[in-house]
Amino acid sequence: MPQRFTARALTPVLALIATVSTASAAETDITIGMQLEPPHLDPTSAAAGAIDNVVYSNIFEGLTRFMGDGSVVPGLAKSWDISDDGLSYTFHLQGDVRFHDGSAMDAADVKFSLDRARAEDSTNAQKALFTGIADVAVIDPLTVVLTLEAPNGNLLFNLAWGDAVIVASETIETIKSNPVGTGAFRFVKWVQGDRIDLVRNGDYWGTAPALEGATFKFISDPTAAFAAMMAEDIDAFQTFPAPENLPQFDADPRFKLLIGSTEGETILSTNNKMPPFDNKLVRQALAHAIDRQAIIDGAMFGYGTPIGSHFAPHNPAYIDLTGNSVYDPAKAKALLAEAGFADGFTTTLKLPPPSYARRGGEIIAAQLRAVGINAEISNLEWAQWLEQVFRGKDYGLTIVSHTEPMDIGIYARPEYYFQYDNPAFQDLMTRLTATADPDQRRAMLQEAQTVISTDYVNGYLFQLAATSVAKTGVQGMWLNAPTQAIDLTGISWAD
Amino acid sequence: MLRYSLKRLLSLGISLVVASLVIFAVIEVAPGDPARFMLGINAQPDTVAALRAELGLDVPKVQRYLAWVGGMLSGDFGISYTYRVPVGQMIADRMWVSLPLALMALTLSTVIALPVGLYAANRRGGRGDMAVMGLTQLGIAVPNFWFAMILVVIFAINLRWFSAGGFPGWDAGLLVGLKALTLPAVALALPQAAILSRVMRSALIDILSEDFMRTARAKGLTRQQALWRHGLRNALIPVLTIMGLQFSFLLAGAIIIEQVFFLPGLGRLVFQSISQRDLIVVESVVMLLVFAVIVVNFAVDLAYVAVDPRLRTQL
Repeated sequence: MPQRFTARALTPVLALIATVSTASAAETDITIGMQLEPPHLDPTSAAAGAIDNVVYSNIFEGLTRFMGDGSVVPGLAKSWDISDDGLSYTFHLQGDVRFHDGSAMDAADVKFSLDRARAEDSTNAQKALFTGIADVAVIDPLTVVLTLEAPNGNLLFNLAWGDAVIVASETIETIKSNPVGTGAFRFVKWVQGDRIDLVRNGDYWGTAPALEGATFKFISDPTAAFAAMMAEDIDAFQTFPAPENLPQFDADPRFKLLIGSTEGETILSTNNKMPPFDNKLVRQALAHAIDRQAIIDGAMFGYGTPIGSHFAPHNPAYIDLTGNSVYDPAKAKALLAEAGFADGFTTTLKLPPPSYARRGGEIIAAQLRAVGINAEISNLEWAQWLEQVFRGKDYGLTIVSHTEPMDIGIYARPEYYFQYDNPAFQDLMTRLTATADPDQRRAMLQEAQTVISTDYVNGYLFQLAATSVAKTGVQGMWLNAPTQAIDLTGISWAD
Repeated sequence: MLRYSLKRLLSLGISLVVASLVIFAVIEVAPGDPARFMLGINAQPDTVAALRAELGLDVPKVQRYLAWVGGMLSGDFGISYTYRVPVGQMIADRMWVSLPLALMALTLSTVIALPVGLYAANRRGGRGDMAVMGLTQLGIAVPNFWFAMILVVIFAINLRWFSAGGFPGWDAGLLVGLKALTLPAVALALPQAAILSRVMRSALIDILSEDFMRTARAKGLTRQQALWRHGLRNALIPVLTIMGLQFSFLLAGAIIIEQVFFLPGLGRLVFQSISQRDLIVVESVVMLLVFAVIVVNFAVDLAYVAVDPRLRTQL
C-alpha cells in the first residue's frame, strides 16, 4: 500500500537525520537566549537594550563601568583626579590596552569617542549624558582631561553607560556590523535572525574570563523560548519572556532561577496636561484606586517590588513611599467626588506590547472601573506607541517600564510625554547635578522622590524584576540589571 | 503561443507596477518613525532629526518611491534603516532558509498527498477512504503552529532527536541544515498534504465516471491500470492549481512557523521589520513575494499546457 511504503521509506531517512548530532559544546562555552535581536552592534547610536546585552563589557568598555550590584568602578580609566571646583576630571588610562584589531587604545580614542557622542550631528540616543562637557583634551597618550561647564556629580555614572563606550576612529565606519572594541571578547560572526558568536580575546588587558566563547541566540516567541530551554539547546535565557513558566523551571533540577531587580520603574503614566488629569485630586484618586500587589501577582506572577515613587528600591537613596498611595477604593471615590467627578469619567489606556503592560492594563482597567473610571484599552505596537503616546501625547493613561538607570531627571522635562511641569522640581534637579557631596545628593534624591510621589504625577506600580533562567551549572551571571547587559566576564561553569 | 506569452508578460508588468504603488502607499501611511524607534524614549529631538537625515527619511515621499522602484529595477533594494546593510543581501540570506523550507514542505506534502489521494479514490466509500477523509479533515482543522508545538514537545523536548528550533546555517553541513529544517517542514507540510490529498481524491473520483475511463476498462485494463494510465494524468490539472497556490503560501505563510522554530527566514524578517518600522525592508520583501506569486502562477499556467495538450490548440 502506498501509505505503508511511504512510512517505511521515510523511517531510515528520519533516523539518519536524527542521528546527525551537533557537536556537544564543551563546558567552556555558553549559549544565552535573548528575546530581541539587536538592530546593529553600535551601542553609541541606538537605544536598543539588545545591543548592550551583547556588547556591554564583553566587546566594548568605557572609562568607568557598572558592576552587577550597580556600583560604578574603574574601567579603561584606572584612576582619576577631580579638581577642587569639580569642573575638571583628569583620567589616567590603563596602559597597554589594545583594540581587537591590534591597534593601541589611547587618549586620542577617548577624545574621539566623547566628541563624537556630543557632536552637533550625533545620533547618540543618550546624548543628554554628555551635555555640560565643555572640552576633552589629550594631555599624553594615557591622560585625558574633561572640562565641564558646571560641576556634575553624575559624570562618572554617566560615563559607565553603554552609550559612552570607547570606540576607535579607524573602525567606526563598520562598527554596526563588525564591532571592534577593547573588551574580553571579540566579535566573530552574526547570523542575522539567528545568533551572534563571540570568542575570548587572548590579548585582553584585564583578568582573563573563564569562558572561551559565547553565543547569543535570538528567540522572540515565549513558547519557543520555553521549548529551547527545555530541550537544553541554550544554557541560559536573559529575562525570560513568560513569567508563567518560571515555577516550572524552578521545580526542574536541571535549571535555576535568577531573580533580581532591574532599573525598570513600571508606572501608570498619566497625561498631566490632559483634563481631568491636570487636577491633582484626580491623580491622587487614581493612585488609591490601584491595588499594586494584585497587579504584581496577576501580571507578573508575583515577581516585582511595589514602588511609591520613580526610584529603584535597591538604590541606597531609596525611601519607601508606597504609604502615600495605599489601595483604598473608598478614598479614591471620595477624592473623585471632591474633584467634581462623582460619576466618574472615561479616558484612554494605551498599552505597548510587553506582558506587564498588556496584562497589567486589564487588571488596572478593572480596578479603575470599580471607582467609576472607564479606561478604554487600546493595544499598540512600540512604533505606534512612540508616535501616538510618546511624541503625540495623545493619551490619557499608559503603562511603561522606564528601564534607564537613575532617570528621575525626566520629571524635570516639561515636554516629556507625561508633561509634568513643576519649576521647584526642575530647580531641585539642577542643584542635584551641581552637587558632588554624597550625603547632600542622597538628601536631594529623597526630596525628589517625595515631591513626585505626593504630586501623584504617575501611578507608581512596581520595580520590574529581572527574571532569568539558567542551567544549574552556570555561575556568575548578573542577578540584578543595573544596566542592560549580559556580562560574560564573570560567568563560568561549576565543575 | 508567443502572443499568449507576450500578453501574459504585459499583464505581469502591470500587476507589478500596481503592486509597488499599493505596497508603498500602505506601508508609508502606517504610523511610526524608524528613527524614533531606534533611539528610544530618552533621545533628544535634534538627535532624532539627525538620524532621520542620515537615513534619508527627510526626503519627500514621491522622491523616495521613485528611488525605491528605480533601485529595484537595477537590482538595488536599498539599505535597511535598522540593520544598515543592503536589503538585497538580507533577503538573499533569508531566502537560503525560506526557499529550501518551502521546497521541502512542498515535496513532502506531494509525496504524502498523491498516494493517499489515489488510495482513497480507489477505495471510495470503503473503510480506508473513511479513515483518510477523517484524518485529512483533522489535518485541515489543526492549525500548523499548534502542530509545530506538538512536534517540538515530542521530538525536541522528550526524545531529544532534534533541536527545538534555530538554524545553524548551511556552512555547518548539508545534513545539519536539513535536520534543522525537518520539523518545521513537517509542520508546514502535513496540513497542506491534507488539503492536497482531498483535492487529489475528488479529482480522481470525478475522472472515474468519465466515458474514457469506461472505455479503458472495456479495453480490458484493470481498475488499477486504468487509474494509473489515464486517471492520474487527467486529475493533475486541479492538483497543479492547488500546488501553485500552496507554494506561494508556503513561501509567504511560513511567518508563524518561523516564529515557533525561531528560523531566520523571510517571514521572521518581515515580522521584525514591521515592528521596527524598517519600511524599506518590508516594502522590498512584500514586493518580492508578490513577484514570486505572479511568477509561480505564470509557471503553473505553462504547466497546464504541458499536462493537457488540448490547451495548446486553444492558444
